[in-house]
Amino acid sequence: MKYSLLFAALASILIVMMIGIFTFREALPAFRDIGVKNLLTESAWRPGEGQYGILAMIAGSGLVTLGAIVLGVPLALGCAIFLSEIAHPNLRAFVKPCVELLAGIPSVVYGLFGMVIIVPVVRGIDIPGNTGFGLFSASIVLAVMILPTITSVAEHAIRSVPKEFREGSLALGATKWETIQKVIIPGARSGIISAIVLGLGRALGETIAMIMVIGNSVIIPAASTDNPLSIFLSRARTLTGNIAVEINYATGLHESALFATGVILFVLIIVVNSSAKYLMSHGSLEKIR
Amino acid sequence: MRVYKNSLLTLFAAFALLTVSCGRSNEGTGAVSDEALEGELNIAGSTTVQPLAEVLAESFEALEPGAVVYVQGGGSSVGVRSAADRSADIGMASREVKPSELNEHPELVVHTIARDGIAIVTEPACDIENLTAEQVRDIFAGEITNWNEVGGGDLIITVVAREEGSGTRAAFEDMVMEDDLIVDNAILQPSNGAVRTTISVTPGTIGFLSFGYLDDQTKAIAIDGVLPTEENASSGDYSVVRSLNMITYGEPEDLAGAFLDFILSEDGQAIVAEEGYLPVN
Repeated sequence: MKYSLLFAALASILIVMMIGIFTFREALPAFRDIGVKNLLTESAWRPGEGQYGILAMIAGSGLVTLGAIVLGVPLALGCAIFLSEIAHPNLRAFVKPCVELLAGIPSVVYGLFGMVIIVPVVRGIDIPGNTGFGLFSASIVLAVMILPTITSVAEHAIRSVPKEFREGSLALGATKWETIQKVIIPGARSGIISAIVLGLGRALGETIAMIMVIGNSVIIPAASTDNPLSIFLSRARTLTGNIAVEINYATGLHESALFATGVILFVLIIVVNSSAKYLMSHGSLEKIR
Repeated sequence: MRVYKNSLLTLFAAFALLTVSCGRSNEGTGAVSDEALEGELNIAGSTTVQPLAEVLAESFEALEPGAVVYVQGGGSSVGVRSAADRSADIGMASREVKPSELNEHPELVVHTIARDGIAIVTEPACDIENLTAEQVRDIFAGEITNWNEVGGGDLIITVVAREEGSGTRAAFEDMVMEDDLIVDNAILQPSNGAVRTTISVTPGTIGFLSFGYLDDQTKAIAIDGVLPTEENASSGDYSVVRSLNMITYGEPEDLAGAFLDFILSEDGQAIVAEEGYLPVN
């Protein structure tokens, strides 16, 4: 019994390692022939011409993730605070499963929704060259997709702030809002940060919904008007989308360069997830104690 | 433990039975038709050729009951590669086999089984009817960026294209773009269907589609006054026409040979025409 469970535990480690090693091995020709520096700093991606730079995709992934965090985090945190501090248990029993249901919707459905509903709405923003396909639409879709992850982790963190803290704060004459603001949120700070970081990891990895709404152009997004926010109306391509769109047809160095894109994504997500782990295990409650 | 042993035994017995019965059935068909072709034929490659190959395979199987044909997608490059490494008996490609591929694998033999036109399409509301080949090239290269430069309203042109490596894109670049590159800020969609949907809902868009995907969701544009229709393509007036190819490793033998003979026969070419592609003579 003990050993079969040990085997199960080892299997997942083994699988992760094998995927990592395989991806890296396939990416090796690209790292060797193109060079890590060229891959990371060149913005032109034209496999037909032998140009393999993924800077544009790094920028695309970065910006869409930033957009999703800016739109999604306030919503998710508000929802988490409402669920744990304010909602009546009956209401909570209804709202929480609804939020969790969001996590169960297949991402291709989000993509379809984005393409049919969000893209036409965004197209209504009257700026020349705005087609609706781009970072803003993608950020909206992504914000909804990371909502359940951030909400449930943050809610868990908020609920695990000891009851005595709330009671102490209220007994000192603080209002409910002051208690939430000054005691509970600082108390759950590390859990909330790790919730955001986990959402970030999920956003970085999203693929099919992004392909459907972001336009997939290989360009470094740029503002088209004086308003710097118009950068979000620019089309872009994500790291994940780069792999998914092109792998079917890729051979040789092109294929290897796509695996290199995968390695970079892998490294990014490892960094993001380990920082979430670090934040979760360190400094919980230290601010108040 | 005992249960385990029993089930193993059952499994073994079942396996033995299966082997025996399979052996019998093979013997049976062999005895009935000595001359008939038998076996499996694996075909892989271009998703443009795939639907046509599937229909052809069905008719071929009806003709040769002993033959089983498996058709897989994967893309033109996969088609060439799988023919070269012989993981498939026949590879499909919706573009010409590149000189570099032929250099690497000189044994490859290319059979053109049909021809397919590529049409330039815009959103249905577009008021442009005709473009010159040069205008098309400049639009896709990003040198013409507004419809008013080619006689339309004041609307920014949005180019929609297929992704790098697609056979349709490669054929379009070969025949239309010559040495120019498709503009970087083009919306890229990973299939003919996705290109069609994007164009149909987005104002100011232009793109290219295989003839098989033309319908009233998009508006086909005449090039130098010639509309992209099957008649114009088969008469040679419309020139953006590519070959759909099947590729074998060496001259095809046995089943692969019979299948290709069938495709190029009158019956096979009739199916090609029925599916909306241009037959080869």
